[in-house]
Amino acid sequence: MQPQRKAVALISGGLDSLLAAKVVMEQGIHVEGINFFTGFCVEGHTHAIRQKDRDKPKRNNALWVAEQLGIKLHIIDISEPYKDIVINPQHGYGQHLNPCLDCKIFMVNQAKMWAWAEERQFDFIITGEVIGQRPKSQRKATMPVIARESGAEDRLLRPLCALNLEPTLPEREGWVDRARLFGFQGRNRKPQMELAARFGFDDYAQPAGGCCFLTDASYSRKLEDLWSHRGTRRYELDDIMLLKIGRHLRPRPEFKLIVGREEGENRFLEGYRKQFTHLRTASHQGPLTLIDGAASSDDLQLAARICARYSQGRSDAAVTVQVQHPSGATEQLQVQPFAPHEIPQEWHV
Amino acid sequence: MSGTTVLDARHLLCPIPVIRTQDRITAMHPGQTLQVIATDPGTRFDIPAWCRVHGHSVTGIDETGGEIHFFIQVCDAQP
Repeated sequence: MQPQRKAVALISGGLDSLLAAKVVMEQGIHVEGINFFTGFCVEGHTHAIRQKDRDKPKRNNALWVAEQLGIKLHIIDISEPYKDIVINPQHGYGQHLNPCLDCKIFMVNQAKMWAWAEERQFDFIITGEVIGQRPKSQRKATMPVIARESGAEDRLLRPLCALNLEPTLPEREGWVDRARLFGFQGRNRKPQMELAARFGFDDYAQPAGGCCFLTDASYSRKLEDLWSHRGTRRYELDDIMLLKIGRHLRPRPEFKLIVGREEGENRFLEGYRKQFTHLRTASHQGPLTLIDGAASSDDLQLAARICARYSQGRSDAAVTVQVQHPSGATEQLQVQPFAPHEIPQEWHV
Repeated sequence: MSGTTVLDARHLLCPIPVIRTQDRITAMHPGQTLQVIATDPGTRFDIPAWCRVHGHSVTGIDETGGEIHFFIQVCDAQP
């Protein structure tokens, strides 16, 4: 009797990875899921921060998919090694700062290394890729690149588009029946939705895309701004978290302001008070504002006027703003709030 | 509670509390209890969901002062 074969499935939480794992499980393969935390995941963070979203917390789609499939899910923090992918992608960026092809190669490689390093003895790797679905990473020409450069070679099976590709090891060895795999291609989601219906899945995350902040134009612009003003393409996890929230205004090259937009963001920014000089309106309700960079006394006046602009005192002649430095020293400034037209559009990052 | 390991995951946002829980449980033995203290409301869903898919038991959830305390009993079959 042949041993039961084992596969590790990359689970993003979207429909395609759900279906890819299910297709292989239907053939009697033992499947476990793996999900990677890069620091740029859209899920979770922003919903946990913003007050309006806290009232209806969003589920973790990867965990939800694992529950639907009845498989284990291993969530791996790759935020540190992932920096190299973001900073220096060998295959370049997509439309924004999204290094999709390098990202996929890296994740497949991580899955391979994780599986074997832990002696879990997985026989192959599954992804939910579909040829032609993504302009950068999911093209017929890039599929072999991912398999080759990740080191997975022909142990990488894409069940949803396998019929458009050369047979992989699991197919040639008869571990999976190629005739029961699929030949999906293109951006049309109808075949996936029909397959989902056939499996009885009627509740799943919205079609792929939008799960990574690096595909977002506004976020990418803020990251470019961070790099260019620091003079180095480096970042820490706190940096990329802060880019996800608040208004970012850069009135001077030496510093920018991060202005909380609502109570939840203000509460989150509170956690950074000891690291940054920060401002808070004392005479009116208003936002918590962090100063990222070096600000002179004149700059503090400017920052206070911006902070006041977004407070309840925006229409008043004067607003009192308390400034607290990381040393603990405080000072109070009386400022006239900027009128909206006095804040140049180019200050907004 | 005697023999309980405590994991402080306060002020961390999901999925980091789940990852820390997973990593800590991997180093524990069946029958032991892990107490996780978190503040991200998303953990109310994510930590029990992670426990369900791995077969660990959430024996209690207490919420006080903005903190969520999970009590997790490690199952026999480790992930």
